Amino acid sequence: MSAIAVNGISKNFGEIQAVKPMSFSVKEGELFGLIGPDGAGKTTLIKILVTVLKPDSGFATIDHHDVVKDYHYIRNIIGYMPGKFALYQDLSIEENMKFFADVFGTKLEDNLELMGDIYKQIEPFKKRRAGQLSGGMKQKLALCCALIHRPKILILDEPTTGVDAVSRKEFWNMLQHIRTQGISILVSTPYMDEAAKCDRIALMQDGSIIALDTPQAIRDSFTYPIFGIRGANNYHLIEKMKSFPHLRSIYPSGEFAHLVMNQEITLQEIEDFAAKSGEKLIESKLIKADIEDCFIEMMQHG
Amino acid sequence: MLKGLIIKEFRHILRDPKTLLILFGMPLLQLLLFGFALSTEIKNAPIAILDHAKDAQSYALQSKIFSSGYFRQQEKLKNEKQIAQSFEGGKVKLVLVIPPKFAEQLANGNHVEIQVIVDASDINTGITLQNYAQSIIQNFQQQIHPTSKPFMQIVPKVRMMFNPELKSVYAFVPGVSALVLILISAMLTSVTIAREKELGTMEVISISPLRTQHIILGKVLPYLLLSMINAAFIILVGIWVLGMPMNGNVLILLLECLLYVLVALAFGVLISVKANTQQEAMFISLLSMMLPTIILSGFIFPVESMPWGLQQISKIIPASYFIEAIKSIMIKGGGFDLIWKPTLVLAFMATLLIILSIKQLKTRTN
Repeated sequence: MSAIAVNGISKNFGEIQAVKPMSFSVKEGELFGLIGPDGAGKTTLIKILVTVLKPDSGFATIDHHDVVKDYHYIRNIIGYMPGKFALYQDLSIEENMKFFADVFGTKLEDNLELMGDIYKQIEPFKKRRAGQLSGGMKQKLALCCALIHRPKILILDEPTTGVDAVSRKEFWNMLQHIRTQGISILVSTPYMDEAAKCDRIALMQDGSIIALDTPQAIRDSFTYPIFGIRGANNYHLIEKMKSFPHLRSIYPSGEFAHLVMNQEITLQEIEDFAAKSGEKLIESKLIKADIEDCFIEMMQHG
Repeated sequence: MLKGLIIKEFRHILRDPKTLLILFGMPLLQLLLFGFALSTEIKNAPIAILDHAKDAQSYALQSKIFSSGYFRQQEKLKNEKQIAQSFEGGKVKLVLVIPPKFAEQLANGNHVEIQVIVDASDINTGITLQNYAQSIIQNFQQQIHPTSKPFMQIVPKVRMMFNPELKSVYAFVPGVSALVLILISAMLTSVTIAREKELGTMEVISISPLRTQHIILGKVLPYLLLSMINAAFIILVGIWVLGMPMNGNVLILLLECLLYVLVALAFGVLISVKANTQQEAMFISLLSMMLPTIILSGFIFPVESMPWGLQQISKIIPASYFIEAIKSIMIKGGGFDLIWKPTLVLAFMATLLIILSIKQLKTRTN
């Protein structure tokens, strides 16, 4: 059974095709990630699914209800957290939560168990106004408000954008916890490293899905030899290595440069070529492609 | 659900000093600022004549008056009783009473008194009309006795109806009330909805069991209450501080305020449908509310002297009807028999605008 089913949904804004006709589904109880850079169409797709934007073509269902026709039903059973913090800044944590509880005809106390640790972390500050909270706290409050009516499906648009690394990690742990309570989750993010936390992901680029599978399967589909190399100056190293024979692509990734080859090659050959070009390698190793490598490969050669 | 919305809205209002200042500071400021009156030219004012003489000279005077362009004959009166009636209905602005044997008295060189009775509840119009009438009568006298010394044979005897002391508060208290109420109600509601759009909270509360009518009522009800407090405040200051009379029924007055505020609030919601930022909302409401209310409602400039086109616009401005109604109630002591028309128009406008705003506010876009 699918919690969310998308069938040929598309949306244009004038000349711009924000979402090209696409189809996918999210299974019940699944944590599904929409992964892609800014402008890939993630937010537009989410706005269609949460019923605030009508699609140009195709149809989609949430909990087997049509997002265009049955939007009142859907608005009752989803929890939504927009990309931009959108709670009342002049109301306190407690007042915001009570307001949303009231709007959904429920009580704050009834769903504290679902929120678990999330609420416990912000509870000491419940009298503080939302506008005065840190980024991580705002995000936890927004998540609590989205969960207040125990939604069947939780939809989050870039919840970790602009949040520090520790809070991001905590946030994904919370999502795992929520999923164990039987809530299906659709989450979008521009951070490729977060893809691994999802059950399945759709990689998005320019309004299209370019890959859809489990993170592991997508990584496994990467068949080219890939190396992580590091020199004294990675920028110069990348420039020099561009003339390496049989090179497929090279690009920076964290403190390494990732080197993708069209054919098998030994580490020694790489080191020799670098030395010949006047660059000394501090470190070099054969690695396994991560989601970002897969994404870059699809963008450049897909 | 609605209760939560209303509590939340009150919190927004009470925690924002700017909103509070606009809400309660502006009315007082406006009342003090508009403590002056402007005089302007009036054309074709409706007047009535009670001609006791019906002789050659009385007809000559009448034809002079109506050929001046300032007056037109609204009705001919038969007796003194009808004078009060035509004033109360607001049909005429001025009544001339020509005494019996007008021509004979003039020929004999006797003093003749012509009564000039003016509706001074609208003070600017009243004074201007009185001056017009007096100079036409003087002119008439010079025509029949071109050589006579500066001897006043025809004496215009002026009586100001409703506002004998010619207080300008009679004009500006209703006007300022109309202005302040529509500005506050329309501007604050449109700004608060625009703020929710700007912050993205409109989207979040859209994705909830709330329907459009809940969202609108949740906005309108708190401001309705505050605007009514404001209305009462303005009227009390008008009466106690500025000496405005209160001759009519307070409940009827409050009902008119309620209808008018509803019109303004619904208009505010409609503005916010178009405005996506608080600035835009503020700008549209100032432009579409303040200028027409000041200029075209008859508050400062008499509607009678406007070109036909502007007079028609004046007819769709809610303030025109509100001012008419509260002047009638406060100054003339009028009940529903006098103000059923403006009351019905306001009630119609309020209903129409509220339905329209519920239909227009979208929680989904294409």
